[in-house]
Amino acid sequence: MENESGALSRVSGLFSARGYNIESLSVAPTQDQSLSRMTIVTSGSDEVIEQIIKQLNKLIDVVKVLDLHDGDHIERELVLVKLKANGRHRDEVQQLSNNFGGRIIDSSENILTIEFTGTSTELDNYLKSFNDSLIIEIVRTGASGIGRGDRILKI
Amino acid sequence: MKAETITGAEIVIRSLQKENVKFVFGYPGGAVLNIYDAIFKQNSFKHVLVRHEQAAVHAADAYSRATGDVGVALVTSGPGATNAVTGIATAHMDSIPMVIISGQVPTHAIGQDAFQECDTVGITRPCVKHNFLVKNIKNIASTIKKAFYLAATGRPGPVLVDIPKDITAETAEFIYPENITLRSYNPIKQGHSGQINKALELLINAEKPMVYSGGGVVLGDASEALTEFVQLLGFPITNTLMGLGGFPASHENFLGMLGMHGTYEANMAMQECDVLLAVGARFDDRVIGNPDHFLAKPKKIIHIDIDPASISKRVKIDIPIVGDVNLVLKELISTFKEQKNKNLKVSGSGWLKTINQWKSKDCMKFEDDGTEIKPQKVIQKLHEVTNGEAFITSDVGQHQMWAAQYYPFNKPRRWINSGGLGTMGVGLPYAMGCQLAFPDSQVACVTGEASIQMCIQELSTCKQFNLPVKIINLNNRYMGMVRQWQEFFYGNRYAESYMDALPDFVKLAESYGHVGMKIEKSSDIESALKEAFSPKLKERLVFLDFITDQTENVFPMVPNGKGLSEMILADGAEDL
Repeated sequence: MENESGALSRVSGLFSARGYNIESLSVAPTQDQSLSRMTIVTSGSDEVIEQIIKQLNKLIDVVKVLDLHDGDHIERELVLVKLKANGRHRDEVQQLSNNFGGRIIDSSENILTIEFTGTSTELDNYLKSFNDSLIIEIVRTGASGIGRGDRILKI
Repeated sequence: MKAETITGAEIVIRSLQKENVKFVFGYPGGAVLNIYDAIFKQNSFKHVLVRHEQAAVHAADAYSRATGDVGVALVTSGPGATNAVTGIATAHMDSIPMVIISGQVPTHAIGQDAFQECDTVGITRPCVKHNFLVKNIKNIASTIKKAFYLAATGRPGPVLVDIPKDITAETAEFIYPENITLRSYNPIKQGHSGQINKALELLINAEKPMVYSGGGVVLGDASEALTEFVQLLGFPITNTLMGLGGFPASHENFLGMLGMHGTYEANMAMQECDVLLAVGARFDDRVIGNPDHFLAKPKKIIHIDIDPASISKRVKIDIPIVGDVNLVLKELISTFKEQKNKNLKVSGSGWLKTINQWKSKDCMKFEDDGTEIKPQKVIQKLHEVTNGEAFITSDVGQHQMWAAQYYPFNKPRRWINSGGLGTMGVGLPYAMGCQLAFPDSQVACVTGEASIQMCIQELSTCKQFNLPVKIINLNNRYMGMVRQWQEFFYGNRYAESYMDALPDFVKLAESYGHVGMKIEKSSDIESALKEAFSPKLKERLVFLDFITDQTENVFPMVPNGKGLSEMILADGAEDL
């Protein structure tokens, strides 16, 4: 979509006005600074998804819409999680984090902050591996998606 | 040649001149004072000063509906813009091409809660086709060019341009772009020929075909092509409320309007057909009722529309044809003419006979003992007195339905009403827009005592600009449609629908310098109308206050959420 102020609210406004569900939304400029790329995760029947695509296409700021689910694609999300890591918990947290491929990016006496990247489902599973009482804070980016191989979103 | 350096306000005016704007409907205020100063110094368009910004947008909207040109309104920031919102949303729901220019507080004050500041672009975002906040004087001309282009092309709609005050005072070179291309906006015009062939095959083999056309035919100037195509096929046809006049009402194939207050024959034919051709219509709830009930009778549906998002929105479409309705219909006509097999199955199917049986129910007849004024009769007489040639605007409610039912329109752009949003108060400003566009034509505003009071202040504008509109006030002392629903569905509990403390409309009209008439007897309807439309009062606005039967209801009626064939007819109303 056009990298214009207000473009994001046109999209989010469309979803709320028409009662569509947004599970996550992530957006940033592309290599062409005049364009932003947005990944929206939504759910609905085929008819609803078809309407969402048509309604998005109708927005003047939207240049192109691609349903990544129509073909092979890769999807990644980042989570930053702050975990209680004092005394006996510290080893357990480090162990679990390593097992799943998380990376400790900040540590203090009682707290470890870990970054983990994967599909949204992998993030869900990763977070489930920690006891709820250990989790102090979570921040997730929402998924970003891209087609596999030769599948390219060009305008 | 070097471009001229002028102020931002002058750039606005010059841009409007480049777009051949004839009328700007507006109301001044702080943020647009520079623009108004530039208006003072020009004479290429006429500025029409309304009495409330809502009316400015409605009048510009009607100007567009009547002429097909882009309507233009100009309002100030803050309350000027918020007052305009109802008008913008009304135009948006009916896809009317308009450009609204709003003033904004100076760029440095935006976000500071400045006097008369509001987030106009944010507030109007859901009810415009697109909107812009112009932050740099260099972009004023190109933004206005884009606004007119977006408003008028594809599925039309209102476009708002918000201009901060400081940039209207700055100066810059005036360069108006000849053309505009937007990489994200390429409306499809030509229909897909494969789809057109498939559609024709279906139509030729239909045993019980039906055509249903809407506002898209009027907006797309496709009524000639539609009429020719329907004539070629000999199919029955109905129009939506917004589509009236898109096909001549006096044509023998016309079944009248369909929908919640459609005719028995139109609704039954919609329900029972095996192939439906929908042209520039959107299957909305007031038109097809309950979609599950509508599809319970299996039918193949062909849908021609310029907006892909209208396809399969409420009802699954078998053969979509996205494109300009006029071009697609012309393509259908020429392809049909080339067909070898023109043996239409409908001719031997008995379908037209069935429809005639439905017609014989005479669903539009109403009881009239000649004493109390029947609103339907007023409309019939209005049709007679104006030879069916008038521009008829309406407000929203029972009177709107009666006008739609009892004033047959043979031409498009003559019936001007708020179909989608259903905005009470549009009638009078709509009449202003029509009368300014066509000063020598008869313009009547069919309204009720509730609706007319929502923009009654415009009687003053009509005086200032000598607009000889005839106001047909069907005064039943109730918000009639609210009362009707309360009678049918709320056990006769008439909560807040009685119009108490009404003004004396005759004196009210006179106080604004107009002519007022009060009509209380059925036998006086015709003479009053004849007088109002007589040469003697040709130059005058006449307010005709018809005191009508208080409890008359609109029939047929498809109750909310019911199917099209589940109509309540006038003679079945006692069973409710």
